[in-house]
Amino acid sequence: MSTKENFYLRHERATLGTIMVLMTLIFWEGLERGWWADALHPVLGESAERLQLERIFISSPTLVASAAFRMFFVTGEIWRDIAWSALGYGLGLALAIVIGIPLGLAAGWYRRFSYAIDPFLSALNATPQVAFLPLIVVWVGTGLGARVLIIVLLAVLPIAINARAAVRTTDPRLIKVASSFGAGDFRLFRTIILPSAVPFLLAALRLAIGRGMIGVVVGEIYGSAAGIGAMISQAGSRFQTDKVFVGVLTIVAAGLILIEIVQRIERRVEAWRPPVQV
Amino acid sequence: MTPKLEAQDIRLDYFQPRTNTRLTALAGVNLQVMDGEFVSIVGPSGCGKTTFLSVVDGLIAASAGRILVEGKVVTRPGPDRAVVFQDASLLPWRTVLGNVVYGLECVGIGKREAKTRASHFIDMVGLAGFENHYPYELSGGMQQRVNLARALVMDPKILLMDEPFASLDAQTREAMQEELLHIWAKAGKTVLFVTHQIDEAIYLSDRVVVFSGRPGKVKEIITVGIERPRALGLKRDARFHAIEDRIWSLIDDDTDRSRHA
Repeated sequence: MSTKENFYLRHERATLGTIMVLMTLIFWEGLERGWWADALHPVLGESAERLQLERIFISSPTLVASAAFRMFFVTGEIWRDIAWSALGYGLGLALAIVIGIPLGLAAGWYRRFSYAIDPFLSALNATPQVAFLPLIVVWVGTGLGARVLIIVLLAVLPIAINARAAVRTTDPRLIKVASSFGAGDFRLFRTIILPSAVPFLLAALRLAIGRGMIGVVVGEIYGSAAGIGAMISQAGSRFQTDKVFVGVLTIVAAGLILIEIVQRIERRVEAWRPPVQV
Repeated sequence: MTPKLEAQDIRLDYFQPRTNTRLTALAGVNLQVMDGEFVSIVGPSGCGKTTFLSVVDGLIAASAGRILVEGKVVTRPGPDRAVVFQDASLLPWRTVLGNVVYGLECVGIGKREAKTRASHFIDMVGLAGFENHYPYELSGGMQQRVNLARALVMDPKILLMDEPFASLDAQTREAMQEELLHIWAKAGKTVLFVTHQIDEAIYLSDRVVVFSGRPGKVKEIITVGIERPRALGLKRDARFHAIEDRIWSLIDDDTDRSRHA
């Protein structure tokens, strides 16, 4: 096997991913600059014009990159927005975890508590929680509180529901073992239910991270003067498409970083699992 | 001499809400196990052997009757009895060592002492060197050995075993039977062993208790009377076959009856 083939096989995942991303970027750039329009003009004639799009519609990788450079390193305007959004997001996510986990665990353990809160969880889960935004703004205005509240609403559901499922699907054989050694409720919870629930909780955390992001952006678009979401909204209304893309990509990057962190934690904490991936 | 374990007229009734019927699982079981004895329970499927074991351990409350350990009545699980279930049920997120110390943790033994005791028994069951392995890395037989060590480390007065080798393949099963006898000789415990396999029961035990079909009662108790130590080759001995035939006919009786009932 040649060294080229060898290299490819060992880094297959990174290679394939990178190639696809590069091809997409090149295609995108070409759309704005008219490469494909020019190239296919001899063949398609007039209709080749369709293959070039205005920069206010699609921008281009190079335009976005230079806007990003400006916003990050020249004017530094984006850092304030990032901090603003991060504050709301961090508080909202933390609150969602602190509320969601005990709520879900209790619902899983105490049947009657589950019956009591089921209607609310189901209702909340079935609706797009952002529909509550107008109500929230009426209650707490458009400040930090409103943004935190909407993020909590969005993020707490997957956490609570998964925590409940985690408790309910604890292996009954393990509970039997603990009982046979005379373990009381608290010990049972600490040594069997909680460790058993950890994979569920981490998976829920990944979901909550994504949904929380929705809360950040929608909350800010709806009623905030600063933050990434607000910046995207304002730039969009001024047709500054390159700035919009910078905002979107910033959020994407943040989300990916957070999820990667959770996955690293998962790998460390779940060393006891038999590997399943091929 | 006080029996190590005594069951006095144990009855167990179930109420089935779905069919609105009362089911009798155990209809007055009387049994005595002396100190250091190895006693097996066999019987037709569904006769209540496992249920009886759960009652002895205190996991299920009997509807009537008493369980006595060294002459004292017991009603809930306790450190004086330890169970080895058919399913190893090891905590998958703990290592072998972490699993073996679990019972000790539950009764409040300190970490260091628990670790020392656990190492001793991990060695006794032949898993020295595997202390830091996770359950998924072990074979079925090895997992059952961890299960056994976990029970033995509690230093129980009575070891209850519920078809512990049922999920192992035939060869591993035979090997484990022989090993169990070695370990039992070293540990000197009193054992109550439930199994479906008659040859296993005879090979391992001093006495074999034959349960009747549901509702469960003691039909007959057979003394094996073959000297120890016992080699696996014993299973082809004539005396062994005689006892096997006897037990089979006892069980067949009940299986036939329940089939034609």
